[in-house]
This record gives sequence, structure tokens and C-alpha cells, in this order.
Amino acid sequence: MGNSAIIIAKNLSVGYSSGRSSKIVFSNAKFSINRGEFVGVLGPNGAGKTTLIKLLLGLIKPLRGEINIFNECPKCGNSKIGYVPQHHSFDSELMIEAVEIVRLGLSGHKLGFSWPKNSRAERAEALDVLNIVGAGELAHRPLSTLSGGELQRIFLAQALIGKPDILLLDEPLASLDMRREREFVKLIKDTAVAHNITVFLIAHNVNPLLSVLSRVIYVANGRVAVGDPGDVLNSESLTKLYSSPVEVLHDSHGRIVVVGAEEGAHHEAHHKEYE
Amino acid sequence: MLHAFQAGTIVAIIAGLVGYFIVLRRSSFAAHALAHVGFTGAAGAVLVGVSPILGLLSFTMGGGFLIGILGRKAQSRDVQIGTVLAFMLGLGVLFISLYAGYATEAYSILFGDILGISSRDVLITLVAGLVVLIALTAIYRPLLFSSLDEDVAEGKGLPVFRIGILFMLLVAVATSIAVQVVGVLLIFALMVTPAAIAERLAVRPAQGLAISVLVALLATWIGLFISFYLPYPVSFFITAIVFLVYIAVRLKPFYPKKALS
Repeated sequence: MGNSAIIIAKNLSVGYSSGRSSKIVFSNAKFSINRGEFVGVLGPNGAGKTTLIKLLLGLIKPLRGEINIFNECPKCGNSKIGYVPQHHSFDSELMIEAVEIVRLGLSGHKLGFSWPKNSRAERAEALDVLNIVGAGELAHRPLSTLSGGELQRIFLAQALIGKPDILLLDEPLASLDMRREREFVKLIKDTAVAHNITVFLIAHNVNPLLSVLSRVIYVANGRVAVGDPGDVLNSESLTKLYSSPVEVLHDSHGRIVVVGAEEGAHHEAHHKEYE
Repeated sequence: MLHAFQAGTIVAIIAGLVGYFIVLRRSSFAAHALAHVGFTGAAGAVLVGVSPILGLLSFTMGGGFLIGILGRKAQSRDVQIGTVLAFMLGLGVLFISLYAGYATEAYSILFGDILGISSRDVLITLVAGLVVLIALTAIYRPLLFSSLDEDVAEGKGLPVFRIGILFMLLVAVATSIAVQVVGVLLIFALMVTPAAIAERLAVRPAQGLAISVLVALLATWIGLFISFYLPYPVSFFITAIVFLVYIAVRLKPFYPKKALS
């Protein structure tokens, strides 16, 4: 597995500008991500985690500083990036089968339509990817009949079918119970290792990710802390980040609870783990 | 009657195709509102002595562009759209009242008058239909992708905003030609209901498009055929046929309910 840096950010400030005013989401971020790393993007609601994803997708530009992906500025429609957003907008009664949704990840961005011969080849390829993510038996099930966990596998397959080098997942664990969280995280990790994919995964609760993370990007209070999980997820580091007392507690199983000034955001992690 | 079948066939095909995407994008109310905006345009056109189809087309395209700019989230805001369309309908009523002897034209626009269609109108319908068909063919995959999953489509670099505007313009043109068959008030019958039937049945988008067109075609042809023998409006028969098929499809569950895990 190669370990050269594929994403490099220097003095990165990100936000939204309208006219003369601009709202900074976070500033002076500096990090370098190597190929094959599994990066957890953590932080409270509204801190800028999804903004970071949009930046990597080329949907927004930095206000200051720079970020490069494979030595280029992020651009829209980068075929090396696979993306699983937090929300999906399809009708709850949609009868279209899963394999058709996965297929869109391969050719949905191209003009025109697929000829029948190409359609058959695309469906076959979609079925292969569904089997890789353990969802082969769901291929011909309508989307409206699938559970939250099953849907996440379908959307993961849709992101993987384009053979990406980088996989961006925005809160993929949000609708899953604890058992499904662990299964899905293991699936992402195994797939990433097998295909040498760099993963950026946004999550509210870091605990399902503890066994797979190689790096953490923690966004809070307009700042970004980047490093190994142990270097970032400790009381001293988060207190500095939040500019107010924050305590990181570990239970007997090594699970983490963060309590402090942003207590509302982390109560979810706390209650989820101990219910 | 030949012109009616010709125009009806073209309209049913285009309405079936466009309607499928209207249902996928959950923009049926926005599409319905466009028909009302078109009525005002047609009424205003007659008032100033211009062809009503021109007024219909210009107002629906203007309205379609504005709705497209609002974006998909706003297109499902029924209260805002309903408020605007109620005003537009009221404005159309004012135009009618200002022009004496207008009742027949108004009736045709509101409820359709396919039996009164001329060869010139058939030609206009054909040209408009071809424009919509070519545009839909060109943007089929991006439109499907952005209709089914806008966030992922945007992440893949698709210009979802511009696709949305272009699509509403196509809806405007399709609405304008469909008004000739079923009128402004019954536009749902051709533009939405066949597509809603298709959405319940089709497991693949290509199937959905085919079913939507087939239902719209059969309803139009059967409606025209029955009206040859019975002295009642064609638009009633078309709406009744699609309604009955829709009820039948809704009553029968085709797949098991969502899994709980």
C-alpha cells in the first residue's frame, strides 16, 4: 500500500461569502493525508465538517490558503472521489430497484442514455459491486422496501462503482443501531484496505470508529485539530480547541465520552453508547 | 377527428415522458401551477388580439423559469406556490371578463378542446413535442440522476441547478401542448397521474417511462374513441380512465412493506 500524501492543506480558511461580508467556518487548517488512511472527521453540529467535504468535492472554494488533491485544486466531478451524502432525496414510495441506483454512480453523469447492451453491462457491474459490499441479494429490491442499514450499503456501492481513490461519507452511521454501525464501519474499512482507498468519514460518535481510525480531523470553534486519534481526542487538545474546559473520559472498554462546553452535541454519543 | 388523434398522440407521449420526471422530482404541484399561469397568458393573449397558444407558451415558460430558479426545495412549498397560482387564475378571470364573447375560448383553455384542433395546431404540437423529446433524450441520464439523488449528482459535478431550470422549461412546453387536450384544470390527468401509476409499477426508469407513456396514450385514444359515440367531453373520459387505473394500482400491493431492521 502506498503512503504518499494525496491531500495537502495549507493555512486553509473556509466559509461562505456574500458581497462584502464573509462568514468563516474554520481557519488556518493545515494537514496532509496519505493514501490509504482512514480519517474520522469529528466535531459538533455546524462546526464545518460537511463544509470540508464540499471543499474536497470542489463545490466551494477556500476563502484563504489552499488545498490540493493529487496535486490539483479540488474540482467538481472528480472521478477519483466517491461520495455518500448524509441525506438522500428519493420518494419514500420509490419502486426503482437498488441495482439501478448503483448504476447511476457509473454513468449517471453522462449525457444521453445507455444503449441496451451498455445497460446490461452496467447492471452486471453494479451487481458485482453490490456483492462486494454484501448487498447482492438486495439488487432487485425496490429502494422503498430497504431498511436504513441496507440503504447505506446501496449508497456505498453507488460511490464505489466509480473505482474512487478517495471515499467521502457524511454521517453514514446516523440512522444505524450500534450493531449495524460496527458492521458498516468494518465493511468500509475492509473495502478501503482491499482497494487502497482513502476514507473521510464524518461522524458524531467516534466510538464505532476507534478500531479503524488512523487520523482524526476535529473541527470546532472555528479551528481544526489534526493528528492521530490519541493526540487529538484528549482533554488537553480539545480544551485548547474549544477554548473552554473539555474533559475526555474513557470507560473500561476504551470507549470515549467528551463532556464540556459543547455538551449538547456530545450527549448523543454518551447516551447512544450507554443505553 | 384525425387531427385530434394526431395531436392527442403527440401530447400523450410528451406528457408521459415529462410527467415521469415531474413525479420523481416531486414537483407535481409546481407543474400544476404552471398550467394556471398558462391560462392567464392565454386569456391575456386573446384580450390583446394574439394567438392564445403564444400567450400560453410565453407565460408557462416565464413561470417555469422562475420556479426553476427557486430550486427543488421551494418547488414543494405548496402554500407559496398555491398563493401565486390563485392570483394568476384570478388575473385570468379578469382578462376573460374584459373581453365579451370569450366564453367558448375560456372553456377550451380550462377544459381542453382537442376535437376543435386545426392542422396548424397539430404542426405546432409536433414541433414543440420534438423539441421536448430531443432535449429530454440529451439530458436523460443527468436529469434522472439529479431527480433521484440530487446531492450525490451534485457531488459528481452535475449542474443540478441548471438542469432544474431546463427541466421546468420543458415542463412549460409540455404543459402548453397538453392544455389543448385536457385543459388547464385537468392537466394532472395527463402530466402526473400516468407517471404516478408508472412509479408504483416500474422497477427500472426505462420501464417507468414506457408505462407512463402507454397509460397516457391509451387514456387519450380510448377517450377520443368513446367521445365519437357519446356527446360528453373527451377530457372527462381521459381523466376517468387514468383515475380508475390509478385506483386499481394503489389498491394492489406489489411489494412487501419496508424491512424493520
